[in-house]
Amino acid sequence: MTHPSRAHLTPALLRGLTRARRGRPVLPAPLGPTRRRTLQAGGAAAAALALSGCGVGGQQREPESGADYWVDKEETGSLRWANWPLYMDPDRTQLEQFKESTGIDVAYHEDVQEAASFFGQIQPRLANGDDIGYDLMTVPNGFEFSKLVELGYLVQLDHAQMPNFANYAGEVYKNSNYDPGNRYSVPYASGITGIAYNPEYVDREITSLQDLWDPAFEGKVGMFADPQEIANFGLLANGVLPADSTKEDWEAAAEKLREQRDSGVVRAYYDQDFIQPLTNGDLWITMAWSGDIYQQNSEEGTNLRFVIPEEGATLWTDNLLIPFTSQAPVDALKLMDFLYEPEIATGLTEYISYIPPVPHAQEVMAEWAEAEDGSDRGEALDAMAESNLVFPEEGDYQNLHNFVTLETDQQDEFASIFQAITQS
Amino acid sequence: MRNRTTTPYVLVLPAWIWLALFFVVPIGGMLSLSLTTGNVVTGFQQTFEVGNYVNAVGTYWEQILRSLFYGGCATLVCIVVGYPMAYWIAFRAGPHKSTYLLLILLPFFVSFVLRTISWRFLLADNGVVLGTLKSVGMLPADAQVLNSAPAVVLGLAYNFLPFMVLPIYAVLERMDPRLVEAAHDLYAGRVQAFVRVILPVSLPGVFAGVLMTFIPTSADYVNASVLGGTHNTMIGNVIQTQYLVNNNYPIAASITFVLMGLLLVGIFSYARALGTERVMEVHT
Repeated sequence: MTHPSRAHLTPALLRGLTRARRGRPVLPAPLGPTRRRTLQAGGAAAAALALSGCGVGGQQREPESGADYWVDKEETGSLRWANWPLYMDPDRTQLEQFKESTGIDVAYHEDVQEAASFFGQIQPRLANGDDIGYDLMTVPNGFEFSKLVELGYLVQLDHAQMPNFANYAGEVYKNSNYDPGNRYSVPYASGITGIAYNPEYVDREITSLQDLWDPAFEGKVGMFADPQEIANFGLLANGVLPADSTKEDWEAAAEKLREQRDSGVVRAYYDQDFIQPLTNGDLWITMAWSGDIYQQNSEEGTNLRFVIPEEGATLWTDNLLIPFTSQAPVDALKLMDFLYEPEIATGLTEYISYIPPVPHAQEVMAEWAEAEDGSDRGEALDAMAESNLVFPEEGDYQNLHNFVTLETDQQDEFASIFQAITQS
Repeated sequence: MRNRTTTPYVLVLPAWIWLALFFVVPIGGMLSLSLTTGNVVTGFQQTFEVGNYVNAVGTYWEQILRSLFYGGCATLVCIVVGYPMAYWIAFRAGPHKSTYLLLILLPFFVSFVLRTISWRFLLADNGVVLGTLKSVGMLPADAQVLNSAPAVVLGLAYNFLPFMVLPIYAVLERMDPRLVEAAHDLYAGRVQAFVRVILPVSLPGVFAGVLMTFIPTSADYVNASVLGGTHNTMIGNVIQTQYLVNNNYPIAASITFVLMGLLLVGIFSYARALGTERVMEVHT
């Protein structure tokens, strides 16, 4: 059935729904696909029940200590992985390669749509020590990651079994501030939160965060709704590095952001669906994720610009973690390490266009581009290997900053300071 | 004989179990949760902390009032648009009534979220509607509807319109046409017949329609998050964030109860104002 208006909407709608960063849903999580909504409602009800009446005591558990944990663990031959949608090609090439190389079957679930709601979904079950249905999961650095560590829900990795990681992981990805020494996690992919603008409407070069405060763009500036993301920009605009920020800095940043909101330059606070408004002119300039802009330009032929402002931008990382309830930790560890083989990392990057934690992938990609010279794929690979959105240079990394890492009660304080801006 | 006395109880049992399991238990749990303190890491302890409510109202009164206001506006729009629709289908659509009813329900075959998102395309600054009006000079070049309060109210009204049309239609459709004839026989003009006969008869339908639109629209959060801009947050968005993003269950639960209380008070005073016996006529 072709309804005229729907036929007109379809491509854009599809893109809006599928192409956001890592395919996050366009809407807040509970409105995502029905199956998940049901799960979540179930989880929420279960949480409500579990928490009702008597209240619940401390939920923290002793973390698994590295060596002891791994002593009696053996390979099982199958593995369940919760990842974000559109974070691997539909043929699951890398998983096929993994099976060929190790014989391990991976049940791949695109079940992580948003970090906070995913945490809300698994937390009650982890608190009971029940299997969450996944042996491996992909979680970004940020509040949920810290909570998982703080609650003792993660397995300490056995780096003796991860030679590829030791050999190929980039230095930046071995020294994160949220998981020093990669005790619990290794990166899956990273991205930059910077500024994107549409040169059709913005007729000057954008270089500074202050451009997001420019009254010339009244009603045409997009900011992120995520408390950490927006806080980072407020802090950097005030010249404060997010990772070193204190409560006074947060309040000053909030004041700066409040001023921006009340001056009328901000159109709305976006969860992840900023690409569509940016291409159709509803937004002229916005906070943005590097990979989304890269994909949009390479696949739709748009000419959106992405810049790392002179005050700096942030680097975020999606990480692979093993929950302590994992039924196949050895298999999970093998897969984590497998993804660090340069050829594998390159294949993955070609599809997702986010930053691989394996710098060597850039060389491999350039080789592939040469081998395929002249074809469309060769050109696309060549462009990607050259792009500093996918392979940032040393100098770029100087300007990319970490998120602040906080314990739970500070997180609540932090979130409420910045949600007062976005949820006005 | 024994059978006869127990049968009604047996028949009503599933309903009771349903209510107990899916309404009383969860709502008791939520009420208890709303009085706890703590966080996800330390756990939530029952401390009968009434301060949660003070805190919730003190911080979010603006969003609460705004939600009731948006819900009220959307309900009014639904009455203004929906009443004539229901009237026309009930009295003028002849043999095609069910076709028109189906047309009203047709958008419901598309997911709620998609329907709302499609408004973004309709209302985009250079989109189908605004772009066209701007190009013929009927709107200034910087006019904007999307990401504003009117966009949210329009989205709410659009999404809940059938809940207004159907109950009004149901009442009008069952109305005895001889009542109108009698009014005309008694020298009532068309306007008078409408005001003195049809409108009063249809009020229970309007009442039901108001309940079915005002309650869900006031608590909605999809429309505000998809179509709203700055200063358009509704209380549903706050509850969603507190529950799923901040894992602050006590605050989320206490806001929920505040909203529920306000809606109940509102509905009972509204029922009073309309006269309770009329309200009861909805299902006769």
